[in-house]
Amino acid sequence: MAVEYPFSKVIGDMMYASHQNPITDCLQCGTCSGTCPAIEYMDFSPRKIIGMIRANLKEDVLSSNTYWSCASCYHCTVRCPAGIDIAEMMYALKRYSMWKSQFKEGLIGPDFSESFVKMIVNSGRSYEPILAATYLPKYSASAIVQEALTASGLVFSGKMNLFPKKIKRIKNLQNVVRRILPLGETS
Amino acid sequence: MKQYAYYPGCSLESLGKSYHLSTLEVAARLGIEFKELEDWNCCGATAYFPVDELLAYTLSARNLAIAEKTGLKDFVAPCSACFKNAYTTNKYLNSDPDLAEHINYALEEDNLHVAGTMQVRHLIEVFVEDIGLDAIKEKVTYPLNNLKVAPYYGCQLVRPRKGNENVENPRYFEELLSALGAEPIEFESKTRCCGGSLIVTNRAAALDMVEKLLQDAVNSHAQIIATTCPMCTVNLEVYQSQVNREFHTNYSIPIVYFTQLMGTSFGCTPKRLGINKEIIPRALEKSQVEAV
Ligand code: SF4
Ligand code: SF4
Repeated sequence: MAVEYPFSKVIGDMMYASHQNPITDCLQCGTCSGTCPAIEYMDFSPRKIIGMIRANLKEDVLSSNTYWSCASCYHCTVRCPAGIDIAEMMYALKRYSMWKSQFKEGLIGPDFSESFVKMIVNSGRSYEPILAATYLPKYSASAIVQEALTASGLVFSGKMNLFPKKIKRIKNLQNVVRRILPLGETS
Repeated sequence: MKQYAYYPGCSLESLGKSYHLSTLEVAARLGIEFKELEDWNCCGATAYFPVDELLAYTLSARNLAIAEKTGLKDFVAPCSACFKNAYTTNKYLNSDPDLAEHINYALEEDNLHVAGTMQVRHLIEVFVEDIGLDAIKEKVTYPLNNLKVAPYYGCQLVRPRKGNENVENPRYFEELLSALGAEPIEFESKTRCCGGSLIVTNRAAALDMVEKLLQDAVNSHAQIIATTCPMCTVNLEVYQSQVNREFHTNYSIPIVYFTQLMGTSFGCTPKRLGINKEIIPRALEKSQVEAV
């Protein structure tokens, strides 16, 4: 029988650069939850999610919206007495769920992240209003831009580009990306 | 004239254009030059990390590699998200030779090599640390007397921690504002997240976070909020009207870049700062507490 690989290790492995992240040292003190500005919108608090990861409750963790509700503000990270980088761990959960295509139904996050990356791989630049407009049906890209301009009187001389310019060496950039990730066809 | 490698980031080409304009204007007044990197790419903000970690670092590393080629010492980013990405990438390049090797293997495709030798700085650090408050004060010809400003640091300028700096109660933004003659308010939410990265993916949460910030600024008698990041600005500004609609509030607090306040106090024309010339006089007239 195969030895079971604990979920805390699986998630730890998803953090290549910050591999010193000691998730299993969590004291369950709740400082992260007390700090989190997005907690009201999470199925389980950050403290609870870490507890669940350690208890190997993989399916329950993955099917929650907690990690996709994390704003990456790193406030929990700088306060954790056990030195856990909780924000990075939330990213690791996002990556794992993207990899396994397993996440709570109805979340915009996974699709948005993918569209964002596609935009960058296509042009080398990003332009949020266009993406935002895709997901906020009430607004068009130009409405978002307009609101930004008029909100408190930003003024410009000259018109704004609605689409990002491609960088010059976009082909090279795409080849750089190909050495990291298999890419589908890019336009 | 001291030169810096300048990485504007995508927002400064579109919604954050006035940040770009005011940055260059203020730099010129202070006798420094920001040299824009050639052919830089998007740093990915918070959207690469959910997809692939190595990709996220590689894309920031490409910008660092381009900066290293200039021979300049400092890599300056005005956007807090760009700053955080470049900073952590640079840190990991130095601490993890394996990661650096992977990244350099990929960068070969663009004939680049990254060594991790840049000093990654946020724009406000350059002004406060390199130029210094005294030199800034000397340039002030129109002090922003009586203007009550909420210094909004946001998240990724101060976090994650870099060394043993004060991440809970930083003071340099307040000191900079005082140097301009303005009155920084005690703003409890100054490092609380504005929800910028959630505005599309979890709008209810983001608007709630924006509302809490606006409320705290107004309750603390701020007449204006100053920011250090285009994402924070767009979030607090563009979505203010939506907050009003959804929370039945009546916020109308102007959001400006700290560079626009610097430029205004230096006597730069509003047009060159990308700022409506009425914003500051109007803010001065209006007590936001009464307005809401
Ligand atoms: S703050 Fe750190 S130690 Fe405390 S519950 Fe959260 S992760 Fe665990
Ligand atoms: S980084 Fe995420 S989990 Fe941590 S406090 Fe911020 S929003 Fe909450």
